Amino acid sequence: MPIVSMVEHSLYYPVPRNLNYMWNFGSLAGLSLIIMIVTGIVLSMHYTPHTDYAFDSVERIMRDVNYGWLIRYVHMNGGSMFFIVVYLHVFRGLYYGSFKSPRELLWWLGVIILFLMMATAFMGYVLPWGQMSFWAAKVITSMVGAVPLVGESLMELLWGGFTVDNPTLNRFYSLHYLLPFVIFGVVILHIWALHTVKANNPLGIDMKGPQDSVDFHPYYTVKDLFGTGVFLLVFAAFVFYAPNYLGHPDNYIQADPLKTPPHIVPEWYFLPFYTILRSFTDDWWLFQILLGWWGMEAKLAGVLAMAGAVAVLFILPWLDTSRVRSAKFRPLYRVFFWLFVIDCLILGWIGAQPAEQPWTAIGQWATLWYFAYFLVMLPLISRIERPRPLPHSISQSVLGGGGGAAVAAAASPMEKSR
Amino acid sequence: MANTASTEAAGAAGAHDEGAGRRDFLFLAGGAFGAFAAGASAWPLLDSLNPAKDTLAASTTEVDLSPIEQGQAITVKWRGSPVFIRRRTAKEVAEAKAVKPDDLPDPQSDEQRFGSGAREQWLVVVGVCTHLGCIPLGQKDTDNKGEFGGWFCPCHGSHYDISGRIRKGPAPRNLPVPPYTITAENKLIIGKEQPKDGPGGTTA
Amino acid sequence: MICISRRLLAPAAIVAGLAGSVASATAPAHAAGDGVAPKEVAWTFNGVFGRYDYPQLRRGLQVYREVCAACHGLRLVAYRDLAAIGLSEAEIKAVAGEREVAGEPDDEGEPTIRPAEAKDRFVSPFPNVQAAMAANNGAAPPDLSLIVKARGGGADYIYSLMTGYVSEAACKKEFKDSQGKPLVPAEGQYCNTYMSGHIIAMAPPLTEDGQVEYEGKGAPPASVDQMAKDATAFLAWAAEPYMVERKRMGIKVMLFLLLFTGFMYAIYRQVKKDVKGHA
Repeated sequence: MPIVSMVEHSLYYPVPRNLNYMWNFGSLAGLSLIIMIVTGIVLSMHYTPHTDYAFDSVERIMRDVNYGWLIRYVHMNGGSMFFIVVYLHVFRGLYYGSFKSPRELLWWLGVIILFLMMATAFMGYVLPWGQMSFWAAKVITSMVGAVPLVGESLMELLWGGFTVDNPTLNRFYSLHYLLPFVIFGVVILHIWALHTVKANNPLGIDMKGPQDSVDFHPYYTVKDLFGTGVFLLVFAAFVFYAPNYLGHPDNYIQADPLKTPPHIVPEWYFLPFYTILRSFTDDWWLFQILLGWWGMEAKLAGVLAMAGAVAVLFILPWLDTSRVRSAKFRPLYRVFFWLFVIDCLILGWIGAQPAEQPWTAIGQWATLWYFAYFLVMLPLISRIERPRPLPHSISQSVLGGGGGAAVAAAASPMEKSR
Repeated sequence: MANTASTEAAGAAGAHDEGAGRRDFLFLAGGAFGAFAAGASAWPLLDSLNPAKDTLAASTTEVDLSPIEQGQAITVKWRGSPVFIRRRTAKEVAEAKAVKPDDLPDPQSDEQRFGSGAREQWLVVVGVCTHLGCIPLGQKDTDNKGEFGGWFCPCHGSHYDISGRIRKGPAPRNLPVPPYTITAENKLIIGKEQPKDGPGGTTA
Repeated sequence: MICISRRLLAPAAIVAGLAGSVASATAPAHAAGDGVAPKEVAWTFNGVFGRYDYPQLRRGLQVYREVCAACHGLRLVAYRDLAAIGLSEAEIKAVAGEREVAGEPDDEGEPTIRPAEAKDRFVSPFPNVQAAMAANNGAAPPDLSLIVKARGGGADYIYSLMTGYVSEAACKKEFKDSQGKPLVPAEGQYCNTYMSGHIIAMAPPLTEDGQVEYEGKGAPPASVDQMAKDATAFLAWAAEPYMVERKRMGIKVMLFLLLFTGFMYAIYRQVKKDVKGHA
């Protein structure tokens, strides 16, 4: 039975014994994906992908379908929850150097998942056919128009018409249903890659033998279940007590192709990227120096930068060349990591502001810092930094010294058995 | 597995010393929690597939019976299926009542089906063959009404009589009688049970 | 315990940071209009244990039918839904029967019209948006089914808007137009403190006390303020009729999850005893 041996393998495979709570987010992301797929399948049984009926069919789900409001609110907030855990998962990878050799493939698969997630979330947001749905679709698909020469034709190809309309809604629905299963497939590859190279850990050093590891089950299954409880508490608080907090009131107005809402704001998880897109204006000095003088349009530059903001993660293993993985032993990297986190938060905050001064200027500096961090600071830091000495092994670090006498005493039976 | 066997063994040994009971209790209760959570979250998903409120609300159909002549049949839609309504002649009613229920594949008297008095002239059945769901012929005068002068299902040859009862063929049951009400204004409401002692004759 | 809290610190900081940024990011989107915060009302449906006050919703329905319904539709709510706020079958039939809807074509294929029934959704006052615009100076009155969810500030905003009209003189004194000159409403426009830009095409809907006659025992005097509150409460229900069910279920789910999480933590502590250094 290959299935049984596969499950057994995944349950009893060796995991570093020192993982902290930041390692909970991988399994939480998996749980989120399953919740989204299950609720999505049920919602699709009640939803009508037609511009005349989409909005009403969603409201029919909310009002008339048994527990329809619950399923829809879970799906709607589930998107945000999914992004929260995935972003934390990514930042954990950045902090502890999980993208470094030998885990490059694991990392790249993760970036592919992130890309697919963004596409899926964007198309899913269009389906309720509210004002924000429509105008988000319009603005984001119009970015394709920035492509030189064939932009217009590409846009019509994407829309299936001359603007976002019924054909667009239909294809987005089809793809919104398809992509999660593609994600599921890549997730399986992601887990397979993980089991091949084994998990990184807070010390960032390799496991050297059985003394450094524990079985995944029960130690981390139980820990993940505890994390699941905390995650579901947060999730349920949103679903039952603030189901529309992360949304926008305008999306309860049916789409009107003749009227744009005064403030178009994407969902929160796209805000940092939205800021990067908007930062590229004709009068930004950086744009003029770098790109404008050889004739590139600001619109195209913004689109490329936005895509590049995620794509830069692909080349991360070559940008950060330090041989030490964990930021724990990298004093300089650690400082810049936290500055980068702050920078991402600033980008997100600016994304929700109107395109006016001083927000635009702040956003432009934050955009500059974002790319400078990856393309300039990381290579420099890994060259000039003097990492602190690494511990000899995981077991030595967590068992000997520093842990305190109390911890050592509590686990004495184990010492004997080794 | 072998890597960490020693750890496991040590764990088991440790547990024996300090309260295996507590450990077992925690594991069992944890499992029960998980099972309950899984079941409780499955129910809303499953129940959402049941008929929604608007579907249930649209489940009565009203028909004005006054223009229907004796011997005339009409078909209306109720809950997405055809309902045969026939104003039977006195001869047809007598014929239906003459049949001994005991001899039938699905024993039911005409009175059990359509009551007596003023009500009995109205035949109201769901026109879906109880075999595999085809629509029997017999509503039009030119239709093949089968060997018993009622309805005939062309799919697999089931014959129904003038009371809608199965007489011959593979269908197991009589054409079902939906709940219906005949009001004093001669209106038929399909999908609503006749109130006791209401107008339009007594229910069986 | 100390060692755990230290391990929790880093992720907690990120979570807090993210939550903070989300809060600040969405806050502007939730604010209504141009900075005049709506009046806060202690609605019975506020908060974790919030419930609808059904007599109030029935009064609100009366205000909607006698005042709002002349211009505003409620097309996502079905007449049968009114059973949930305490209307009898006969009352629902009466409310529905006031309006007509298209029926099945008759035997000759001619279109027919029949009175609306419980199963139908509220019939809108205008057949289409063009008719609505033509009858209202070019500004189509929005459908009210989701209005409480579709406006930042929710019920507070709707109530404030209904009671936020000011005279032309006060308008000139208090508000400025985009050029910084005193704001003057044009013909067929009105001045409202809470409307974005302070100019609104809707005439004040509730103008005098007793405009709607409340009947029955225990009904409060039909002051403008009371009518505005009742109508708003009704619209809040119309936007989210399942809210009470949602909040009730939420309490059960949260309690269960708290127990679940506590148990999993206990099991985790138990398992952890076996492995030294396992975080």
